[in-house]
Amino acid sequence: MGYMTINNRRYQFTDEKNVLSVIRKAGIDLPTFCYHSELSTYGACRMCVVEDDRGKVFASCSEKPRDGMVIYTNTPRLQHHRKMILELLLASHCKDCTTCRKNGVCTLQKLANQLGIHTIRFENNKEQLPLDMSSDCVVRDPNKCILCGDCVRTCSEIQGIGVLDFAFRGSKMQVTPAFNKNLSQTDCVGCGQCRVVCPTGAITIQQNVTQVWNVLADKNTRVVAEIAPAVRVAIGDKFNIPKGENTIGKLVTALRMIGFDEVYDTNFGADLTVMEESKELLERLESGENLPLFTSCCPGWVKYCENRYPDLAGHISTCRSPQQMFGAVLKEDARMNKEEKRKTVVVSIMPCTAKKAEIKRPEHFTDGEQDVDYVLTTTEITRMIKEEGLDLNLLEPEAMDMPFGIASGAGAIFGVTGGVTEAVLRRLVNSNRADILQEISFTGIRGAKGIKEATVKLGEREVKIAVVNGLANAGIIMDQIRSGEAYYDFVEVMACKRGCIAGGGQPVPIGPRTKKARMEGIYKVDRTAQIKLSNENPIIATLYNGLLKGKEHKLLHNQK
Amino acid sequence: MERITSIEVLDRIREVSKKQIEDSKCRILICAGTGCLASGSGEIYKKMCELVKDHPNVEVKFGAEIAHGDGEIGVKKSGCHGFCEMGPLMRIEPQGILYTKVQLEDCEAIFHRTIEKGDIIRHLLYKQNGLEYQEQEEIPFYKKQTRLVLKNCGHIDAENINEYIATGGYSALEKALFHMTPEEVVNEITESNLRGRGGGGFPTGYKWSQVARQEEKIRYVVCNGDEGDPGAFMDRSVMEGDPHKMIEGMMLAAYAVGAQEGYIYVRAEYPLAINRLKIAIAQAEECGLLGENILGSGFSFQLHINRGAGAFVCGEGSALTASIEGNRGMPRVKPPRTVEQGLFEKPTVLNNVETFANVSMIIQNGADWYKTIGPENSPGTKAFALTGSVMNTGLIEVPMGTTLREVIFDIGGGIKNGGEFKAVQIGGPSGGCLITPHLDISLDFDSLKKMGAMIGSGGLVVMDKTTCMVEVARFFMNFTQNESCGKCVPCREGTKRMLEILERIVAGKGKMEDLDLLEELASTITETALCGLGKSAALPVISTLKLFRDEYIEHIVDKKCASRTCTALRRYIISPELCKGCSKCARNCPVGAISGKVKEPFTIDTEKCIKCGACESACAFHAIHVEA
Repeated sequence: MGYMTINNRRYQFTDEKNVLSVIRKAGIDLPTFCYHSELSTYGACRMCVVEDDRGKVFASCSEKPRDGMVIYTNTPRLQHHRKMILELLLASHCKDCTTCRKNGVCTLQKLANQLGIHTIRFENNKEQLPLDMSSDCVVRDPNKCILCGDCVRTCSEIQGIGVLDFAFRGSKMQVTPAFNKNLSQTDCVGCGQCRVVCPTGAITIQQNVTQVWNVLADKNTRVVAEIAPAVRVAIGDKFNIPKGENTIGKLVTALRMIGFDEVYDTNFGADLTVMEESKELLERLESGENLPLFTSCCPGWVKYCENRYPDLAGHISTCRSPQQMFGAVLKEDARMNKEEKRKTVVVSIMPCTAKKAEIKRPEHFTDGEQDVDYVLTTTEITRMIKEEGLDLNLLEPEAMDMPFGIASGAGAIFGVTGGVTEAVLRRLVNSNRADILQEISFTGIRGAKGIKEATVKLGEREVKIAVVNGLANAGIIMDQIRSGEAYYDFVEVMACKRGCIAGGGQPVPIGPRTKKARMEGIYKVDRTAQIKLSNENPIIATLYNGLLKGKEHKLLHNQK
Repeated sequence: MERITSIEVLDRIREVSKKQIEDSKCRILICAGTGCLASGSGEIYKKMCELVKDHPNVEVKFGAEIAHGDGEIGVKKSGCHGFCEMGPLMRIEPQGILYTKVQLEDCEAIFHRTIEKGDIIRHLLYKQNGLEYQEQEEIPFYKKQTRLVLKNCGHIDAENINEYIATGGYSALEKALFHMTPEEVVNEITESNLRGRGGGGFPTGYKWSQVARQEEKIRYVVCNGDEGDPGAFMDRSVMEGDPHKMIEGMMLAAYAVGAQEGYIYVRAEYPLAINRLKIAIAQAEECGLLGENILGSGFSFQLHINRGAGAFVCGEGSALTASIEGNRGMPRVKPPRTVEQGLFEKPTVLNNVETFANVSMIIQNGADWYKTIGPENSPGTKAFALTGSVMNTGLIEVPMGTTLREVIFDIGGGIKNGGEFKAVQIGGPSGGCLITPHLDISLDFDSLKKMGAMIGSGGLVVMDKTTCMVEVARFFMNFTQNESCGKCVPCREGTKRMLEILERIVAGKGKMEDLDLLEELASTITETALCGLGKSAALPVISTLKLFRDEYIEHIVDKKCASRTCTALRRYIISPELCKGCSKCARNCPVGAISGKVKEPFTIDTEKCIKCGACESACAFHAIHVEA
């Protein structure tokens, strides 16, 4: 607590952990490449340098605010340093902005423009390195890397994996997996969080846009889309729609205009998951075997568990993820429909990069056919909409197709941390009374905290629940479970902090305000939904009595 | 080895060892410093061992356990004497004779004449200005020095703890453990004004007091032995020649701040130092001077050695602790500082070898005594590695405040080959240049800082008129660029660009705008780099640009290098009056740049010439030379 003077104006500070935060709170957007409030302070880009009243220049990210501090943020000297640093970065960076995936959202490009870098006095003689295309989820282009280390710290500090690190030194330094391996040879789970924090085009999403355009153009295919819960509150970012606003209706219109034959809601897939997962939980609680039950919706988490805790991987629910359940149902439906002569292609629109790897897992083929054919991230579908020449904001909303076009609010909240748990609890408590629903939401499973714990009474039994987001937090819980230090009946894990709304395929930047708006957006979808419980979704009952009869296990569960 | 469980045992061993050393009739000390080893002292050592073995009257044991009292003659592996230019060195006691440039062939003569008969072999004595010096202490190189830190180097067996004890070793520890409180030790060091010898000159006592007052009770003492400056070897000499002095300093620090564990971080390029430290630690552990309940005082201390992997940046405190922790050696942002959260995020005393080596004598003799040496604000002595175009290169130790003139001309014996002094580069790649007008300034932390230079770890490279200052700047920039860890942008990218510009200038492709660009880059690097090494990376360029700007301009505008150092700028010419037209030069030229008619003067096409110098060496008439 105290006051400091920034550019001759007095500002109060309270518990800001560094001078940079105070400056930003004062409305001055001091540029940085390597600073993220959720990561440790790295202090490498030196863009946030400020000058004090004694002429000392220091990086504001790593200095604690002190009462009486007098600083300047934009003196000619600092302007010179910032421009020089940018010029140095740009000099060793390929300047093919127009063909770069990050064109328009690249921090380096943005700052070069903002600070007015018009000439570069140094030659780019950096050795060209090969791209790493090996991952199904992300592409690494080391030539565009500015070595800010954001991905390195995200992977190790937030996700607890540490696939990426620095190798070599000085101007030959690189960010790379150990021993120059490809991403596919590492423990990478494909969460794409490295791509979310990457300020340049060094880590981008593995693209499937071209393939989808091709199937859309093919008259012999019937292209079916399913849209994940978290997409609708994020895609608006790229169309001047207020952050967190639900755009599902407009999105349906856009997809139809692009050429999708049918458009469905993955929230419905989530309803299926709730049905199966709550059944599985009840069975396990009754038998007392194989507890805790781990959720299986998040492919990043599933892979992490298999990599790091293979001894506990048997606890993962046999339920397929909503994407995969829905894909299997859609394909089965097409196989049953003898009138349909076209080949059905299922394209899922996801906030997630890891989903791109999930569809290729061997257990996600039914009768030899891949259940979901392509995954497009929110970012990719945004590109397709723009390529088509559409402005999402100007479209008239339309409704989803039937027969799978109705979903409950329980399905919608799968997009945020705690959502799966809440949806399952609603099913188990089986009441749509407002006060009971509210009680469930106040058990402590909502919110941005990394590890949340709750105890819920189901009949006579107290069910111990852990809700985790961020894989580093999952590691903490898993170690405690393994050692017997902690006991849970049900553990929900989402690889990305705050859940799918901040997934690896979502539009960037995703700052704290964006995350908050998207979370609120998801809960608003639930609040405005007429059906709150998955089991009250009328189509669910129809489906169980029809198509799914006798096939629940085949279509909705991973075969052991 | 006897366990030293109390002061009484320590004192007894000290007396016995002292007497043994005094009693031993003849001691042959062969320098086993890296410099002497490289010029063959290892072979000489073996040979002398053999000769002593063959001696019918004496029975001598060899190896680390070799004891002086067992026979009349002992052969010791002593540490560096510092007089590397004259190596291999051999000192014979009790006479104190110093033989220089000893060759294998000399060994027989030394044994039969000097050891057996007491004769002096005059051609092995050091000579300067027509005078012959029989005793080591009389040689000007040594006489003008004040050797406190290096006192024992070369005089005791570095692989025998008893010899260190005999010289009064571990008596400071004894004094601290039984007659002083930890606070008193900190106060004594604070009072002495001892400043860190690693380069920055931070007050050691203040550092210790900051660690001592931390709430966290687990603390560490870390010794920085990652001496990375090119040409510097002061710390290596202490670790090789007198490891216990440094270890005692660390123990005193540990006692003062309440640490129980210490780490010595030594660069892997110092295998001998590592070996000597290992022996020293093993012996100290064996006799109970390291470990639990030292001397029955209740104080316990463990010491570990960590080897660096050759990164210059690991000499930076936070990179060093990261390296010990097993992480990539990269500096981190501060705060928190090392004294608050250093090694394993615990409060840490981090000093360099020379600083720790000063501690025991301060505790032993008191702060007031220490302050009588050197100027008030930088008391004590400083070791320098004197290299370059100076007569006597080697390791020296002088009181702080000694002038450059005294160092270069009195101790160093002046410029080599009667050359003219041009400049001295002080402080290695982080330092700056000093020129003739600076010869009389006092060598201490503050005076040098005012001059835009720094003591750094103590490298002193003397340069004469044959040195090109642009090339010097390029050399150091090349070093810094190679050693940059790559973390922060200004250092990683900036030093790369500065090096490119300097390379361009020495290749004769520089432009005048390059000088402005160099200064722009230098200011950004100096003011915004993350760590101390980055911040000082541009200093050699800033300093040479300031003092020798004409030389830069000469390279750029006239395309000339007056010192004829820069190959690309050499212009080979054939003097028509000397050329006999033999065509040998033309036949030797690999690019066919030389032409002419036989028996008439030849000419060189400077456009084609690649300045390889093949013609110059081929010419029998000295008709080809580089234009001045």
